[in-house]
Amino acid sequence: MSAANSNSPAGVEMLRVTGLHAFYGESHILHGLDFVVNRGEVVTLLGRNGAGRTTTLRAMLGLTGKRSGSIMVNGRETIAMPTHDIAHLGIGYCPEERGIFASLTAEENLLLPPQVASGGMSIEEIYTMFPNLQERRASPGMRLSGGEQQMLAIARILRTGAKLLLLDEISEGLAPVIVQTLGRMVRQLKQRGYTIIMVEQNFRFAAPLADRHYVIEHGRIVETVPMNELQGKMDRLHELLGV
Amino acid sequence: MFELLGITPQALYSQLLVGLINGSFYALLSLGLAVIFGMLNIINFTHGAQYMLGAFLAWIGLTQLGPWLGSPDFSLNYWAALIVVPLLVGALGIVIERTMLRHLYKLDHLYGLLLTFGIALIIEGLFRQWHGSSGKSYDIPEVLRGAINLGFMYLPKYRAWVIVASLTVCFATWFVIERTKLGSYLRAGTENPRLVQAFGINVPLMITLTYGFGVALAGFAGVLAAPIFTVSPQMGADLIIVVFAVVVIGGMGSILGSIVTGLALGLVEGLTKVFYPEASAVVVFVIMSIVLLVRPAGLFGREK
Repeated sequence: MSAANSNSPAGVEMLRVTGLHAFYGESHILHGLDFVVNRGEVVTLLGRNGAGRTTTLRAMLGLTGKRSGSIMVNGRETIAMPTHDIAHLGIGYCPEERGIFASLTAEENLLLPPQVASGGMSIEEIYTMFPNLQERRASPGMRLSGGEQQMLAIARILRTGAKLLLLDEISEGLAPVIVQTLGRMVRQLKQRGYTIIMVEQNFRFAAPLADRHYVIEHGRIVETVPMNELQGKMDRLHELLGV
Repeated sequence: MFELLGITPQALYSQLLVGLINGSFYALLSLGLAVIFGMLNIINFTHGAQYMLGAFLAWIGLTQLGPWLGSPDFSLNYWAALIVVPLLVGALGIVIERTMLRHLYKLDHLYGLLLTFGIALIIEGLFRQWHGSSGKSYDIPEVLRGAINLGFMYLPKYRAWVIVASLTVCFATWFVIERTKLGSYLRAGTENPRLVQAFGINVPLMITLTYGFGVALAGFAGVLAAPIFTVSPQMGADLIIVVFAVVVIGGMGSILGSIVTGLALGLVEGLTKVFYPEASAVVVFVIMSIVLLVRPAGLFGREK
């Protein structure tokens, strides 16, 4: 990745978002977003609250209101697809609020998302990666701790065979030791060839993990920072993120 | 003891049986309402009309279908009706969901309630137009005629069958929803349909089938009711008011709650008929008022 140019990184393209606009009712949130993610990359979407980072992930899945522009996943246009078909292109979504179903047990939560591609992790692999979940398998979703819920929210999309993971604020509100575990997990997943888009508030968590950072402001990408330019652009990032 | 209270054991048992029968219908109907409300967020006021439709279709199948088709000997018997009629009522429900209800999900509950209430009035009006308000009778199928002597009372076979059949269907529904993979989709979809859809499950289709199923339960109850209650256009309207009270007491959207509450209130009604008959028509509503004051989410409901 070191030779990558910021606008057209080398490698096989997994996702290309072009001119994406998205709305919630009357409010226009995304104003023509463009970015590219290649297979096997980890990228982050950074920005202040309300900049449109979460909306970008939701728009990719058709979970916003009206949207326009183009979202190509593995060369297929998805802008007009119904939400339930988009997942079957191999996308796994971990929402900011984690979305653990309170009336389902931990294991039912884990088994809920249907297989969308071959090559997902087996239950055994998942329980090896997250031993806590095995102990809590019969507990109702609402009894799990914040950390366990977060693990479960990620674990259940690893089972489906999805290779493009959308992780929204996975480090939010968790104890430092759990955040470290999640960091190790993201590295492991990258080694296994997963493509990951992370929305992060916690820049210190995201910085060492990502190949590239996209900074969003007012629903547009205003800065692209490849890993190797990170040091040089720290001042600019501080200014944009207000960290 | 019975003498002290001035009642006979026979009266007590027979009213308890009537209560259990009514409770079976309350359970079946409120279960359908609970399933529909959970997934669609719609209070299905058409439920009573769909129950009536079930009974009427069974009657039409038994007595009218043959002559219509030009072969007077042909008729859809009770057992066939028990399968075919719920499918027909469910299919009609699916048409209603696809063409009308689906446009209301984003609006307040009130709109769904008004629309389904309107549809109920139309269906009932059409049947009153075609068949008048007088009731039709439906013969009990041959094998279920007569009664079993239990020693302390005679149990009519058909009534025993109604209780067994409706409890079986209620239990099977509960089992599918609470204990199977398919049910986990339904429970998850009730909580957060958008996320379930983002995982790749066709939620709009699931909603359509849920409505079809809930309505088919009403159709099934209608067929069960045909031989014991008079088949008439307003039979559903009379029953559904009590059923809504049952749903309020049990808690909107609770599966087990609707079954247990349905049966229990049937029994309470039966007991009231024995001990204080004057109150039997209002006892359910008195309980509803108390529950609303003390526990507004219902006995089995979760506060939101």
